[in-house]
Amino acid sequence: MSDHEYTPSSKFGKWFNDRLPLLTLANHLTDYPTPKNLNYWWTFGGILTFCLITQIVTGLVLAMHYIAHADMAFSSVEHIMRDVNYGWLLRYVHANGASMFFLAVYIHIFRSLFYGSYKSPREIIWILGIIIYLLMMAAAFMGYVLPWGQMSFWGATVITNLFSAIPLVGESITTWLWGGYSVDNPTLTRFFTLHYLIPFLILGLVVLHIWALHVPGNNNPVGIDIKKPSKDTVPFHPYIVIKDAFALLMFCIVFALFVFYQPNILGHADNYIEADPLVTPAHIVPEWYLLPFYAILRSVPDKLMGVVAMLSAILILAALPWLDTSKVRSAVFRPLFRQFYWILVADVLILGYVGAMPAEGLYLLIARVATAYYFAHFLIILPVLGWKEKTTPLPMSITEPVLGGSPNLAAARSDEKIEKTIK
Amino acid sequence: MRKLKNIFFVLIFSVIVINSSNSAEKSPPFLETKWTFKGLFGKFDRASLQRGYQVYTEVCASCHSMKYLTYRNLAEKGGPEFSEAEAKAIAASFEVTDGPDSTGEMFVRPAKLSDKFVMPYVNEQEAKAANGGAYPPDMSVLVKARKGGADYIYSLLLGYSEPPEGVELDDGVYYNKYMYGNKIKMPAPLSDDLIEYTDGTKATAEQMSKDVTNFLMWSAEPHLEQRHKTGFRVIAYLIILTVLVYFTMKKIWSRVEPKV
Repeated sequence: MSDHEYTPSSKFGKWFNDRLPLLTLANHLTDYPTPKNLNYWWTFGGILTFCLITQIVTGLVLAMHYIAHADMAFSSVEHIMRDVNYGWLLRYVHANGASMFFLAVYIHIFRSLFYGSYKSPREIIWILGIIIYLLMMAAAFMGYVLPWGQMSFWGATVITNLFSAIPLVGESITTWLWGGYSVDNPTLTRFFTLHYLIPFLILGLVVLHIWALHVPGNNNPVGIDIKKPSKDTVPFHPYIVIKDAFALLMFCIVFALFVFYQPNILGHADNYIEADPLVTPAHIVPEWYLLPFYAILRSVPDKLMGVVAMLSAILILAALPWLDTSKVRSAVFRPLFRQFYWILVADVLILGYVGAMPAEGLYLLIARVATAYYFAHFLIILPVLGWKEKTTPLPMSITEPVLGGSPNLAAARSDEKIEKTIK
Repeated sequence: MRKLKNIFFVLIFSVIVINSSNSAEKSPPFLETKWTFKGLFGKFDRASLQRGYQVYTEVCASCHSMKYLTYRNLAEKGGPEFSEAEAKAIAASFEVTDGPDSTGEMFVRPAKLSDKFVMPYVNEQEAKAANGGAYPPDMSVLVKARKGGADYIYSLLLGYSEPPEGVELDDGVYYNKYMYGNKIKMPAPLSDDLIEYTDGTKATAEQMSKDVTNFLMWSAEPHLEQRHKTGFRVIAYLIILTVLVYFTMKKIWSRVEPKV
């Protein structure tokens, strides 16, 4: 990193900083050289941090009023909605906050896919991100169980039953997860405990995620390495801070529209019916953000293979830095990849759509084709594209115009060579 | 091109939202009526809520409980807003079992403002036994527990008719075109002039359906008015702040380059 040696101006500051370099850290964070061409898709990192803090703060207060017991959970949620001061606001912010969190994380992930942010030297940032995403799904799923409505109960039953597909030990694992022979009070209390724990694990991973980011610095829409600091960069504060703040406020307006005017549109009506182990809802569907994976799960006829497919769909992302063989990061310079990128986006949307539909007839067929394409994108299209695709010329730097003639890829990808070329 | 992609993402999200809210089986379009609680400044029609309570207590309450409501709620802001004296009188007209007293005996006393709405049946089993095996659902959050919400409840109440040709109904089962599967165990609960409104409004089936649905919407979302009011203020504040931050951003970035 390019951090110059930082010395606090006051005597006490120097004394303190020698013992715990918090001021050096603060200085690093404010001065952190950031590519000046970052677009608004890059503001979602900050937005996601905001989402995490919002969930933790509202969740903390909700936990003060919530009762994790099969007989009382539903009525304690009604108690929060009716009798706790601004309880309705806390709960609606928390419930819709989960959806907003996933909306932001999907934009964040697809931004990374478009601009190749997962490629060397940012593989660890990417993999940490995938782990955070997995934990988010676990937290969201267990959080959805807590109100103990019909969809909570039956969603929990369906998802925990997936573990029974594991050969030999499956049944025992499921019983162990439940703490009994069906989803019941012990399941609820352990889900509550884990739902409380996971956000703090995520918080820790977010710190690592940002730490790992600050080693190579941000990728940027052009996707080339840049010299830091240079005329291609701006200090994080105030330039990026104010831009992130602006984007965050726009995001909060959308968030507020949901919370205050459509607080239940993203939920399922059945979850306002108290859990009843004797009545199965007509359709059991997960929350919208899990639908693409639900579609993949159901598109495979065999239960075990369905679970394997669903898990692979997420885990395959962790191998992405090595599956994508192209040396060029940004899709801006990859005309063919760009088309396949948008097909993938459409594919995931289609999976989400059929995930909400009954798994039969045409829907099932579409789900199968879309699932096959999803895997083909990562396992066949990306590796082959890297070898075959003719990329367009990369610029030398963010401020320099595009080089004339043939692209000098090697030069454009290395700091030292850029310097030499410019000199 | 970038604009196109932005629009694309907005589309993605709306598709998902619409899809998740429309995913289940199709039923005929709901009956149209104007709800005052909808919209940016939506508020309840106070008189309708009071009439709705009358419909609930004189008709529905004989089978349906509202276990999350308390008599004090009837006098609270944003609800039917009965006066405290009226709410006390309403509560006192019900009897609750309390105790044990100092001698260890349970006793019956008139309900107070702090009591929950008295339930028509002691437990679910009794409710089922009295209703041909069907459990009349608790109505506290019923509007939120049904796809279509208030429109669905309103339509269901008015959706009874003779079964079409070829539909066989068992005893104690009725035909309703808005019900899931069209078969419902509740007989048509409302008919013209079934009750006499204390405020002199003519008690047509439509009027009663609308009033009681209003009341049920309030019982499911007792803080709806406060939510709308707060929401408007929050969003207005956010918009002003966003504009200010936007110009601050322009100013700061003008040091680096003319356009952000």
